[in-house]
Amino acid sequence: MAKVPVQFTLNGSETAEFVDSGTTLLHTLRDKIGDTSPKGGCHQGTCGACSVIIDGELRLSCLTLAETCDGAVISTTSGLSENGILHPLQRAFLDTFATQCGFCTPGMIMAAKVLLDHTPNPSRDEVVEALSGNICRCTGYEPIIQAVLTAARSNSQNAA
Amino acid sequence: MALALQTFATVKDANAALKAQGSRYLGGGTLVVRAANEGDVSVSGLIRSTEPSLSAIVVAGGKVRIGASVTMAAIGGHPELGMLAKAARAVGGPAIRNMATIGGNLFAPAPYGDFAVALLALDATVSTEESETPIETFLANRDGSRAIVTSVGFTLPPQGGFRFLKVSRVKPKGISVLSIAAVLQQAPDGTISSAWIALGCMADRPMRARAAEKALLGRKLTEDGVAAALAAAGEGTAPITDPIASAWYRAEVLPVHLGRLLLA
Ligand SMILES: Cc1cc2nc3c(=O)[nH]c(=O)nc-3n(C[C@H](O)[C@H](O)[C@H](O)COP(=O)(O)OP(=O)(O)OC[C@H]3O[C@@H](n4cnc5c(N)ncnc54)[C@H](O)[C@@H]3O)c2cc1C
Ligand code: FES
Ligand code: FES
Repeated sequence: MAKVPVQFTLNGSETAEFVDSGTTLLHTLRDKIGDTSPKGGCHQGTCGACSVIIDGELRLSCLTLAETCDGAVISTTSGLSENGILHPLQRAFLDTFATQCGFCTPGMIMAAKVLLDHTPNPSRDEVVEALSGNICRCTGYEPIIQAVLTAARSNSQNAA
Repeated sequence: MALALQTFATVKDANAALKAQGSRYLGGGTLVVRAANEGDVSVSGLIRSTEPSLSAIVVAGGKVRIGASVTMAAIGGHPELGMLAKAARAVGGPAIRNMATIGGNLFAPAPYGDFAVALLALDATVSTEESETPIETFLANRDGSRAIVTSVGFTLPPQGGFRFLKVSRVKPKGISVLSIAAVLQQAPDGTISSAWIALGCMADRPMRARAAEKALLGRKLTEDGVAAALAAAGEGTAPITDPIASAWYRAEVLPVHLGRLLLA
């Protein structure tokens, strides 16, 4: 089958790839481009481990075809740290022990990032709602919720 | 996975391409790409159209027209569709809602199709390039439907006239045990003059609770007033059994939840 060219901005860098038509964005990111931060947990839309941000919106890369992302701006967790300094969400996840095996973490962080981008000081309920499409089998969720609230607080302190 | 995607600027061209064997329309892909990931080989080609009207929401003179590609997130956040926000936000988690379209929800088998339940209570009309069909007829015939749905239209009920409830076991968001939508009109003395009640998960697709609707007419929304409607709620239903709940359980709890919705 003829390959299809796809171009998008990935974590600030122009990226181009030839993919088989019908290839998912998850497969393209991980196996073609080498960004393994989105994880393939279920490939069913159920676990949220593959969550990425496309044009400012949280999406599931396992259910998104790469071709539909032509021209899009995509962010993944691997693009969050700057010059070796962790993003406040990454820092908070480490500090509050919100990550154990870590498989769900990049998806959780993407879901939390979209929330904080739109709602810098979320309530606990807003955090729970924002993470409601992401499953964690290790932490029991509470430390993750605390991590997001902690990151929000540290963001607002930095802004003050 | 050999799944070729073809994108067309117009619905007309996409409709023509859909005639090919094995081709399926791609909305948000939350069901159709999921099926392909799971190994469903009945779909070999996906077709989509990027015609802008498919993504438009028009609210004018109390009438609403929502393009088939509009997502649950867009409906849930629309300032003039606040009444429907609860039903739109009942679908999946945030990422699913950014992808799931209203067009796809019309085809979603139970336990999915929560928004289609709301549309059935609103007596919506489903449009394709060639026809406009009442939603009840559309749902009954959807398995054989090949034409691209272009939009869904309905009249906004008066403020407070639309009620929606989804019951799930996982909090805050989970798959439906059942969902119920109701559009009720009350006479000045409080008696019900018109009732449309739609149920999700009580059959393989959304259905009207006709016996309950009839039993509500001329009654008030009090415990005594709704008793006959609750007793009739299960008439004609054939609830699904799935890992979320058995048909028996769904049938048992339907009157309880319908009562909560009506008396809320
Ligand atoms: C994790 C998860 C949770 C979910 N939770 C819910 C939930 O709580 N409630 C709920 O209702 N649903 C839920 N769903 C199901 C699904 O996301 C929604 O029903 C959604 O609205 C389907 O729309 P879509 O655009 O993604 O459909 P697609 O997958 O794109 O399409 C589904 C079907 O409809 C057809 N189709 C789509 N658009 C059109 C059109 N315009 N014209 C003709 N045919 C069309 C496609 O060909 C396909 O057969 C969930 C799904 C997942 C994966
Ligand atoms: S891998 Fe995409 S939701 Fe699980
Ligand atoms: S840390 Fe293991 S799944 Fe969340």
